[in-house]
Amino acid sequence: MKRLTAVCLATAALCVGMHAHAAEPVIGLITKTETNPFFVKMKEGAQAEAKKLGAKLMTASGKKDGDTAAQITAIENMVTAGAKTLLITSSGDAILPAVKKAQAKGVQVIALDSPFEGADALFATDNYKAGILIGQYAKAALGSKPAKIAMLDLFPGHPVGAQRHNGFMTGFGLKAHDAKSNELSATPETVCAGDTDGNQARGQTAMENCLQKNPDINVVYTINEPAVAGAYNALKKAGKDKGVIIVSVDGGCAGVADVGKGVIAATSQQYPLKMAAMGVAAGVEYAKGGKKASGYVDTGVTLIAKNAVAGVDSKDVQTGTDLCWGKK
Amino acid sequence: MSTVKDRLPPLSQLGPFIALAVACTVFGLTTDNFFTAANFSLILQQVMVVGVIAIGQTLIVLTAGIDLSCGMLMALGSIVMTKVAQDFGLPTPLAILLGIGATTLFGLLNGLLVTRIKLPPFIVTLGTMNVAFAITQLYSSAQTVTEVPEGMTWLGNTFELAGNPVAYGVVLMVALYLATWFWLRDTASGRHVYAVGNNPEATRLIGIPTDRVLLGVYVLAGLFYGIASLLSVARTGVGDPNGGQTENLDAITAVVLGGTSLFGGRGVVLGTLAGAIVVGVLRNGLTLMGVSSVYQVLITGILVIVAVTVDQLSRKGGR
Repeated sequence: MKRLTAVCLATAALCVGMHAHAAEPVIGLITKTETNPFFVKMKEGAQAEAKKLGAKLMTASGKKDGDTAAQITAIENMVTAGAKTLLITSSGDAILPAVKKAQAKGVQVIALDSPFEGADALFATDNYKAGILIGQYAKAALGSKPAKIAMLDLFPGHPVGAQRHNGFMTGFGLKAHDAKSNELSATPETVCAGDTDGNQARGQTAMENCLQKNPDINVVYTINEPAVAGAYNALKKAGKDKGVIIVSVDGGCAGVADVGKGVIAATSQQYPLKMAAMGVAAGVEYAKGGKKASGYVDTGVTLIAKNAVAGVDSKDVQTGTDLCWGKK
Repeated sequence: MSTVKDRLPPLSQLGPFIALAVACTVFGLTTDNFFTAANFSLILQQVMVVGVIAIGQTLIVLTAGIDLSCGMLMALGSIVMTKVAQDFGLPTPLAILLGIGATTLFGLLNGLLVTRIKLPPFIVTLGTMNVAFAITQLYSSAQTVTEVPEGMTWLGNTFELAGNPVAYGVVLMVALYLATWFWLRDTASGRHVYAVGNNPEATRLIGIPTDRVLLGVYVLAGLFYGIASLLSVARTGVGDPNGGQTENLDAITAVVLGGTSLFGGRGVVLGTLAGAIVVGVLRNGLTLMGVSSVYQVLITGILVIVAVTVDQLSRKGGR
């Protein structure tokens, strides 16, 4: 009799324990890489919000940009481990089948930063708008001089790369594809284009080659701030660092510092922390009330520039530094 | 009676130079600025890091091995040397030595795993590639090191030669290639590398210490990766923890395009230099032409298949 009571009590305790554990929303965050400070900040933002709202956060990432295999594995593992919401910065469309399978199991899948088809919702920077802002700035800063623009891109076919590129051209006043396109536009003013993979050494090589093609380049659009650092190196070695307007996107602390140094004329700052926090909140909401997030929420983009130009709204370097992500 | 054909080097060795000549001709005809000394000086600077990495890779491929960790070791070296200079204020020569020491140590690790534990080089270097990458990311906290002493960057500077800019690092690369070429061709220890790649069992039976030769090759390769990391810091002016990823595959491509056989025992290291330059020429020329970089990847892939096919066919015919 005593034994039976003990077993009953133990089972009851186990059931209570399991129930309490099951009440905690389980959310998975899958980023492109764990090393890019952008995603580090996203992870930090998600962890802070999860702690605040009492949710359990699992994290995973690919080894580098484009590593979809690791992301697919992470999706499957996290769903098995009980995640009810997945927040994903997609490395490519190869993850779509895994996403569909997860959604069929009732998992909410939200895209952060990079859009992908079939996501329940998208919390991201409007990358097209980010491009437009720096395009407008570059045009205003250049004035009436004929434009010779170098476009330093990510790599072909990437939606974020295409949106920033085409947005820049639209902001500059050139004819370009709209925000839905993954193709990179070109006009006679864009005298050169090169791929950088978003890294510094390739940015330097691409800029060097562009300068060989056209030594009179006076505007440089770059996909992100590491690429700019390389491009600036190339310009400096060619003695052309003054008098060329360089613009970029990101707003990381290192990039904002470069705006302060005069390396970058203007950068569009984005807010990974906000994306992650909103994602976690949406995950908690779904776990508690069963309501999925939907649609696109713009997490905001701010133009940071050292010198303001007429007709374009921008914030100064100090504001940029206060809001920046990465190591200050 | 020997014909002209008999006296020429085999096609696998001539191949990369032919490819280089064809590419240069095409780009020279279709663009304005390709065929200038300034542009060529630029291309050489752009390939000098991969070029030196590829020397180490050539040695390993000559022994019928492969090193997938080469680019990651280069990145590790550049982070170690820039971080120790920045964090501990060490004098530049010491910092550089520590960076090169780190990559050489990893080369030793690769070599020991291959010779003592008898693991296939592909698998060993697959593992060390990831270990080196992780260590680089952790040690640097994924941040680029931007405060770099001038002593580390002077190799990236240029001097005037007959009115044309030449980078010191390029001179170093060419010197290293010539020294390696001479060593492989004209010294006993160099010829042992070919022997081990050709037929390790027969080499061992002759009395040549094959394990020692292999170990030496991996350590030497690690040394070359360290020199390449200094060149990388010199060119970009920073220590980049995300560097080396393109260089990883580019170095192997350069070796294959250069006519060195993946089966070991055959190849001339100067061919690797031509192979490395071909990759740089393609990237530069296609940008000058305004062609999408996707075509560069396509053409490089086709060239690699052609190179390996030529090597395979000439093996069947010649022996």
